[in-house]
Parts: sequence; structure tokens; C-alpha cells
Amino acid sequence: MSTGVQAMGGLGAGDPVLGHLARGELDASHGVVLYLEDISVSFDGFKALNALSLAIDVGELRCVIGPNGAGKTTMMDVITGKTRPDTGTVYFGQSIDLTRLSEAEIAHAGIGRKFQKPTIFERLSAFENLELAMKADKRVRKTLFARLASDQRDRIADTLRLIRLSEAADREAGLLSHGQKQWLEIGMLLMQEPRLLLLDEPVAGMSDEETERTAELFVSLAGRHSLVVVEHDMAFVGTIARKVTVLHEGSVLAEGPLEQVQNDERVIEVYLGR
Amino acid sequence: MGPLAQTITRLYGIRGWIGIAIAALVLFVLVPVLNLAVPQNHPLHVSTFLVTLSGKIMCYAIVALAMDLIWGFAGILSLGHGLFFALGGYAMGMYLMRQIGRQGQYQSELPDFMVFLDWKELPWHWWMSDQFWWAALLVVAVPGLLAFGFGYLAFRSRIKGVYFSIITQALTFAAMLLFFRNETGFGGNNGFTDFKRLLGFDVTAPQTRVVLFAVTGATLLGVLLLGRWLVSSKFGRVLAAIRDAETRVMFCGYNTLHYKLFIWTLSAILCGIAGALYVPQVGIINPSEMSPANSIEIAIWVAVGGRGTLVGAIAGAGIVNAAKSVFTVAFPEYWLFFLGLLFIGVTLFLPGGVVGLLRARRRSRPVALTEAAP
Repeated sequence: MSTGVQAMGGLGAGDPVLGHLARGELDASHGVVLYLEDISVSFDGFKALNALSLAIDVGELRCVIGPNGAGKTTMMDVITGKTRPDTGTVYFGQSIDLTRLSEAEIAHAGIGRKFQKPTIFERLSAFENLELAMKADKRVRKTLFARLASDQRDRIADTLRLIRLSEAADREAGLLSHGQKQWLEIGMLLMQEPRLLLLDEPVAGMSDEETERTAELFVSLAGRHSLVVVEHDMAFVGTIARKVTVLHEGSVLAEGPLEQVQNDERVIEVYLGR
Repeated sequence: MGPLAQTITRLYGIRGWIGIAIAALVLFVLVPVLNLAVPQNHPLHVSTFLVTLSGKIMCYAIVALAMDLIWGFAGILSLGHGLFFALGGYAMGMYLMRQIGRQGQYQSELPDFMVFLDWKELPWHWWMSDQFWWAALLVVAVPGLLAFGFGYLAFRSRIKGVYFSIITQALTFAAMLLFFRNETGFGGNNGFTDFKRLLGFDVTAPQTRVVLFAVTGATLLGVLLLGRWLVSSKFGRVLAAIRDAETRVMFCGYNTLHYKLFIWTLSAILCGIAGALYVPQVGIINPSEMSPANSIEIAIWVAVGGRGTLVGAIAGAGIVNAAKSVFTVAFPEYWLFFLGLLFIGVTLFLPGGVVGLLRARRRSRPVALTEAAP
């Protein structure tokens, strides 16, 4: 616990060991943090995901793009346990089979997720939102008697500073601006100390300045965390992307550096050709 | 500051604690003295009728607090809390029936209704019912276990919102039908009544009534402080978070099933305790306590007083039941219409209930002052 706290305290200091697991370390010795193989999901005959395979390396920042209905959100749902795949396997590291775990267990294992629509606790303050997200023993008995230690307060303060909400710490989260809510949710993810962050359209509704700062933040997080960013905003993708995956009709259409993907015939056809 | 001092200041500010101290003084000193020591014809005498009526309303207030914990804070609307209240009442009622002994109409060891049904011995579920400690255990265990089992199935299946409310309503209705049957062994539609003694004391004696009143008052204050402790803890914030965005809570790594189950079961147990205190004071328990309308009324108390405030739940139970006591005497046929209008009115015009209204007033005053200043 305490090492995790210290690691988070120095956000931006480049500490490589974030996200200690309550149940032992994540085994990512082969350099792959997330591995999806042959995933298929169908809803009433509609194939949302069709034999999708994808591997995310440790410390990688991956952008996932694709037209509406390509299966981006369903992919996030499968990884976080919200949707069970009909076939296929999802491995977190070498040994954790995510298809067998509940949402809460997956979160504990070290995967944080940001939703498309900012999902925060509207009636609690920004500070309390971060307090609840903070990595801790989250069982009922421990939560009943939990007290904030001073190092935990410091961590929350650090994160508030990082997401520029120090001034608004005690404000009810429902009263924050849309961009601030997006940032608060990102802050909540960071408090969980995840190994892998899944971010669904993180800059939707943000001003240009906010978008720019978000890009900076994500680039600084990569390396210490692995990030998967689903985004429509191509300008934003352009500023952060190292490797891009294009989804189409539930499977991978193309993968590689942004320029290569942008010049791919099939990608151009899918995006512009219809 | 030590941890105890921290907890005390976390629960209530100085005004809150003064309020609680005044309430304790009224409950434990003033009312007992005015009832027992002041002569009956003296203007300051508090009648035993009033003591019992207040004791009854305080039982309702405990139920309202239990309801507020689950509805106001966790956002789960139960329309079956009357069932848990009645079960606690029945558990206590069984003991009170056995305390009658041979003083019943038929002068039998068996409760009168069993003699009437021509039963020769106590059914199995009346085992140990002459022991107070066993009755006390049942008061807590029966509502607790039922709520735990029901809650586990419902929350695991992720039944939420109006669907959950409807199922709880059906549950209490089904239980009512079961308790109406003579074969169930709980006195059928007459239920239990004609109690004589509690722990050997005459239940109708003013002294016993005052003690029951004070015990109910102590329980009410205890439940208020327990509730306040819960909702001001991190646990309470998790409940509020579940109410606002349950999926986010799950993705934060909380098993929301355990959280909901805990507060749901606790809420049911508190209702059971309230029911057990209610029955000796009112002198009767029958299946009508499980009627769907009773459970809906509990939700109305909390809505009128103000959801998610605890104090509001107590106020709501007091206001609605005081109004009921007046109305059902003055215009008995219009009570239900009035109750319905009250609920619609509060929902439309007072979403924060009475407490919400008072708080908004208190908040608006200083603002008005600063605006007026140059």
C-alpha cells in the first residue's frame, strides 16, 4: 500500500512501478499487458465483435478509432467485465483471465475505465470522488471504519492539482463544467493506480485548451501506465498516437503508425467511401 | 483530537448535540415525571394515552429512519418495509401471548386462538416462545435473515428501481395472505392481542408504559446516531455513489452487492426492533400491518420529512402520524385522500421535504444580506 502511495505522490516523476495488485503482482513478463484473442460478441444476431484479436504492450499508448458501430465500446465492455464474450479469451498479463472476473475484481486487478459520458458521483465533492476511487481495501467492513491518513490526503491533493481542480475540491461534482467532469473522472482513474487505463472519448466536449492539456497528460502517463484511448477527434489522435488500431464491423481493419493507417486504402474507403 | 472526539464532532455540530440532549431530557426525565409524579387532574399532567401515542409514533420514526437509510442514501425504494416491522412485532407478540399464561378466556396453557382452533399442543415454530431472550433473538433474526436472502437474490440479479419496489410490495402482500390463514399458527386475521404481562410486569400499568416509552426513545436516538455514523463514514459516501452512478462504483473496485446487502439487511433489522417495541405499547399485532398500503405510507413519511436527512425521516413520521391521529377522529373517511394529496403535493412542490424547505430558508437568508450590502 505505502509504496503505491509514494509512487503516486510523484506523478510525473517517471516511477515505473504503479498499480500494485492486492492479490500479487501482475505477470506481464512477456511485455504484453492485455491480450484479446478471437473475441466474438453478438446481440440478437448483430455481431458487435467478430473474431477480434488485439494485443497491448506494457506502457503503450494505443489509439483505437473506427466508425460508429465498429465495436469500440463493446470491446471496452468485454475487457471490463460488463459484457461476456460469446467466444474468445481476454488475458490481463500472463495469468489473469478477465472473462472469469466481475467488474469489481477487474478494477482491483488494475484496469481503470473512463466512460464516454462523464460518470462521476454528482452529489459528492470532487475531493470525495477521488477519495472513493483511491486504491484501498474496498470491502464493507474496512470501508465502515476507514479514516483518511495524511499521506492519502496528500495524494488526493496531488491528483487534484494534476487535474486542475484544487480550487474546486469541495464543490459538488455535479456543478463542475463538462470538461472539469471529464478531468475529474480521469483523476479518479489515476487514484485507482491502474496498470491499464481504458479511455472512451476522453476529450469529447472539451475546449481546445483542455484537449491540449489532456493530450500532454496522456503522453506523460504512457510508459508508467498502458493506455487504450478510443477517440473520434482525429486531431487529438494525431497529437498523442504512436500506434493506431482501426476497428471496422467488429474486427481489426488496420493497425500501425497513424500516417500508415491514414493512407491505407481500406481505411479510407471505410471512413469516406460510403 | 482523539478518535472518539473526532467521531463525536463528525456526527453532529454543537447545535445538533444540544438538540439531542434536550430530546433525551424530555424522553427520560420530563415525560416520565409529568406522567407518573404529577397528579392526574393537574394541568401539567401528561396522560398515559399521550405517552403511549408518542411511543407508537417513535416506533414509526425508527422505521422511517431505516427507510431513509435505504431509500434516501442508497436510492433503493422499498415498498415492503411494513413486512419487517410486522415480523418483529409478531416475534414479540408470540412471547407476549405466552406471558398471558392461564389468564386467557379459556384458561389454557395454550394461547386462546389455538384452543379455539382445537389445537392440542404448540406448533413447532412456537418452540421456546416463552423465553424473552429467544423472542429478542427472533425480532432481529427473522427480518434480518429474510431481508438477507431476498436482498441477495434481488441484488445479485441486479434488480433495480421500480422493479425492486414492486417485488418488495408483492413480498409483503404474499406474507399478509400467509399470516391471514389460521393454519399458519399466528392467530389468523385477529393476530395477537389481550396481552397481560411483559417480563412479568403488567403491560397496561402506567409505569410499564413509561418504561416502554423511554426504551423506545432511547432506541430512536441510538438509531439516529448509528445512521448518522454510517452516512458520515466512507461507507455512507459509497452508498451515495451507488445511488448516483452504480456502474462507476463497480469499476472503482467496490462490490456493490455487499454494500447494498449490508444496508438493506440492517434496515430490515431496525424495522423488526421497531415492531417489537410497538406491539406491547399498542397491544395488538395482526396481518393488516403487512398490507401494501402500510409500507407505502412509510415511504410517504420519509418523502414528507425529507429524504437523505435522517432528522427529516423522524419529522415526517411525526407530522404525518400526528395529522393522522387528528384526521381519523375528525374526518375518518377523508384520511386516505388527504394522505394521497400530501404525497403528490410534497413530490411536486417540496422535493426536499420539510427539512429541505427549512435548510433552503436558512441558506437563503445570509445570501440576501450579502446581496443587500454595497
